Amino acid sequence: MTTSILETQALTKIYRSGDKTLTVLDNVNVTIQPGDTCAIVGPSGSGKTTLLGLCAGLDRASSGSVFLNGVRLDELTEDQRAEVRNQYVGFIFQSFNLMPSLTALENVMVPLELRGEKNVGKRALALLEKVGLAERKNHYPAQLSGGEQQRVSIARAFSNQPKILFADEPTGNLDEETGSHIEKLIFDLNKEASTTLVMVTHDMELAHKTQRIIQIKGGKIVQERLVNESVSARR
Amino acid sequence: MNYSWLLKMAWRDSRKNRSRLLLFMSSIVLGIAALVAINSFGDNMQQEINSEAKKLLGADLVIESRQPFAPSVIDFFDSLGGEKSEEVSFASMVLFPKNGGTRLVQVRAISGDFPYYGEIEATPQTASTSFRQEQRALVDRTLLLQYKATPGDSVKIGNLTFPIEGSVSKVPGESELTMSVAPPVFIPLSYLEATGLLQKGSRINYKIYFKFPENANVDQLLENTIEPRLTAEEVRYDTVSERKREIGETYENLTGFLNLVAFVALLLGCIGVASSVHIYIKEKVASVAILRCLGGKGNQGLGIYLIQIAAMGLIGSLLGTLLGVLVQFMLPELFSGFLPVDVTITLSWRAIAQGVLVGVIISLLFALLPLLAIRKISPLTALRASFTHEHQSRDYIRMVVIGLIILFVAGFSFLQLEEPEDALFFTGGILLAFLILTGISGLMIWLIRRYFPVGWSYIWRQSLSNLYRPNNQTLVLVITIGLGTALITTLFFVQNLLLEKVALTGRDNQPNMVLFDIQSEQKEAIADITRDFDLPVMQEVPIVTMRLEAIKGKSVNQIKEDTTSHISRWVLNREYRVTYRDSLIDSETLVEGKWQGKVQSPQDSIFISLEDDIAESMGVGIGDQVTFNVQGAIMDTYVGSTRKIDWQRVQTNFLVLFPEGVLERAPKFHVLITRVDSAQVAADYQQAVVQQFPNVSIIDLNLILKTLNDIVSKISFVIRFMAFFSIVTGIVVLIGSVIISKYQRIQESVLLRTIGASRKQILSINALEYFFLGSLAALTGVFIALLGSWGLARFNFETPFSPSFLPILISYLAITLMTIVIGLSNTRSIVNNPPLEVLRKDT
Repeated sequence: MTTSILETQALTKIYRSGDKTLTVLDNVNVTIQPGDTCAIVGPSGSGKTTLLGLCAGLDRASSGSVFLNGVRLDELTEDQRAEVRNQYVGFIFQSFNLMPSLTALENVMVPLELRGEKNVGKRALALLEKVGLAERKNHYPAQLSGGEQQRVSIARAFSNQPKILFADEPTGNLDEETGSHIEKLIFDLNKEASTTLVMVTHDMELAHKTQRIIQIKGGKIVQERLVNESVSARR
Repeated sequence: MNYSWLLKMAWRDSRKNRSRLLLFMSSIVLGIAALVAINSFGDNMQQEINSEAKKLLGADLVIESRQPFAPSVIDFFDSLGGEKSEEVSFASMVLFPKNGGTRLVQVRAISGDFPYYGEIEATPQTASTSFRQEQRALVDRTLLLQYKATPGDSVKIGNLTFPIEGSVSKVPGESELTMSVAPPVFIPLSYLEATGLLQKGSRINYKIYFKFPENANVDQLLENTIEPRLTAEEVRYDTVSERKREIGETYENLTGFLNLVAFVALLLGCIGVASSVHIYIKEKVASVAILRCLGGKGNQGLGIYLIQIAAMGLIGSLLGTLLGVLVQFMLPELFSGFLPVDVTITLSWRAIAQGVLVGVIISLLFALLPLLAIRKISPLTALRASFTHEHQSRDYIRMVVIGLIILFVAGFSFLQLEEPEDALFFTGGILLAFLILTGISGLMIWLIRRYFPVGWSYIWRQSLSNLYRPNNQTLVLVITIGLGTALITTLFFVQNLLLEKVALTGRDNQPNMVLFDIQSEQKEAIADITRDFDLPVMQEVPIVTMRLEAIKGKSVNQIKEDTTSHISRWVLNREYRVTYRDSLIDSETLVEGKWQGKVQSPQDSIFISLEDDIAESMGVGIGDQVTFNVQGAIMDTYVGSTRKIDWQRVQTNFLVLFPEGVLERAPKFHVLITRVDSAQVAADYQQAVVQQFPNVSIIDLNLILKTLNDIVSKISFVIRFMAFFSIVTGIVVLIGSVIISKYQRIQESVLLRTIGASRKQILSINALEYFFLGSLAALTGVFIALLGSWGLARFNFETPFSPSFLPILISYLAITLMTIVIGLSNTRSIVNNPPLEVLRKDT
């Protein structure tokens, strides 16, 4: 058993199409301690999002293991992994991924309701207040701007008080100004809740706001370094 | 599982989709409506039959015989107490002296106060009793209308002319339909003898109607007193409970059949539901994936949409039920010709509950097919919209659902048809039709892709490729519209087939008029009249009536008592109408043995020829002895040959054929067969014959055709009415599919508009696409109809099938045009508004 919040061991993901195989992740080992903030960077197609998906238990690896808060994900069924996500994980997506038929408030309430918690409206509203959208609680995603949608998405990500937050290009679909507001919000809330943050991004400036940067290329970690520290290359 | 949360989520998610969800469910509304209407009407009918049972018989008990009751039997009937009426009925010609019109009718000579329950509905109403006092007749209302006669005119029946006392429109227990086949003419029994129509050889029915005191147990009386006394007599009984059962069964069969037609409409609707839900769920993939990312389980996602669909199924079923309740008010009028009772419409809770239950179950089962895919949606889809599973394993639950659907269809049809074979046949037929439609649509898609006309213009290529692109509507529209077309067209073909079959018999100089009940002394004179009218005497056939006495030396009574005997009662009890001649005729083919056309001396054995089926029913073969009772004279014969008979001709055919030299001196009557080409000559000829020989009855093939046409038209109107629900369901599914596909096509059409496609180009692409779809569906439907009708013609009606192509062309054009119009109505909003406005409004 490990004390880290996230650990991958020889994680490999291979896609097969007929006789052809495509190795998207190749023997990746990552360990992240509770409270760490970490950015995964790399060019398009390097395997960043695949790594994020596997770490969050959204998919199964071809080989290797993922331990999330001490739970070995590859031994679990899809429904058991869903339960783990609900207990420990928060998500922020590039395209916001709010449920279009639910209002802003209802979107924030869903993770809590999935846990079977009662009277979650107040807590969800408090989170919306934190992201400055309490007044728009009854608006549907289509009635909100991109930045507002991402703020709702952040409120939702923190609603179940996750131990680890996975963010996939959280500012990728936003203009610079809105993007920097969202960055600030994520880091502020993360700090307040002492949540571990794992973020996939192209934006090196954003990556440098985390404590640690993992660079991926061709499915392998090619560089791993602490921000403001010297580079440690891995091959 | 937290069901209250699932309910809450289903409610929340439905808020922006309710109109679309309702649109899905509108497909089942008509099917449920038809089902509820028919079931409810059937229940009302059964209730009516139960409460009006005595009126259906008009008495407590009816005893019927083909022979006059012996005086001792009459004495026995008198000893039973209560009231009784007598009726003697037979087919005979009547003549309206006013205009010389003649017609074969059912003469019903009655005495006493029959009917004891219900009434003979007459105009004026007093006529139903007053005609009994004097030499007067009560004539079928339609007959009077046809021959432009009115009360006060007269009708000649046999030798007597009866003033017409009134018209009769309803007789207890008889429907308009039965009355149109044999229009009744009532006369007082006391005048029957004087008509001269009671002759040897005529087919006469003798009936006694009984009315017993209120507290009498008729069934017990029948069992304990009447049956033991009448075992030796060839009589038939009909009691109120028996009549109730018979009529109930008949109408149960009718409503069962119509229920299946309604069920087909429901099945079509369900395919529409499945198709709509399939597209709906595709749009929900992202939401389900997000839910899964947030920790939702596969079954929770399924549960949310299952609840929505179940709720909509319930609403659709309730709407359908409401519509069905309204529709059933139209049914008494629709069925008026068939019903022996007036049906009062009340709400049938059983039918309503069944409608709602069937609607919810079947729509859920069909919706489950696409819904089950929700369980397999990966949370990874939230990260990558293009993510698909690498290996989709076989989904056994899906197989179970398909199995449940087939079981449900088979179970439902079994409940309606009550015969496992029929239910299997129906289910198999539906499956086969679905498979043909699916196969043809799949083949079409494959052919288009395989031989795609790359050299065609963009508009043609684009419209053709719309038939196989993702989320295409090809399969569902071909199935729904195709099956609806198949139903209606089959109905049309079968109706024509029936009429054609009868009409065929009178074509190409085949006989088309039969004169029967001709007495020996009248034979020459009638032949002379026939020749005077320049008509051919095509056949003159003597007929001798006889009964079976023994088979292979064992008497009929011994056979009846022998419980191991498989010989049917009808073979033993029936009256055999036999002819004699020296040769076989062209409708007969020898199957076995040798035909011996003449018996040279009275000492020689008599070798008869039997129709092959009756020989089998009697259990006899070549050389076996069959003994007949020829009106008192016992006659031993031997089976010399068996024949196959082509019954489909207007001529006399006989189950039993005697050689010449045996029956010449037996009491007999004759049949003359001729052909009349002109309707006027036919009327004049019949008038001349009936005026001189009122006892002679005439069957005119043209009259049969007309009557048959009336009956078939009435029946097919009812079936068309029911099939209409299928067609409209097909249209609703089409409209639904078009609207749903709007959400998918809108982006593309707007994109085309944005990059400069003209209004005309977009309209042309859509018009061509719906032309292809409509054409394919209509042609496939017609193909199935042709196949089905050919099968019916070949194996059921045993008649050649030569469909007329004009109706095929009309239905093809109508359906294709309708598909194009509905399809284009969807495109109008896209082409008539600026692209940005459309995008803002519709997405």
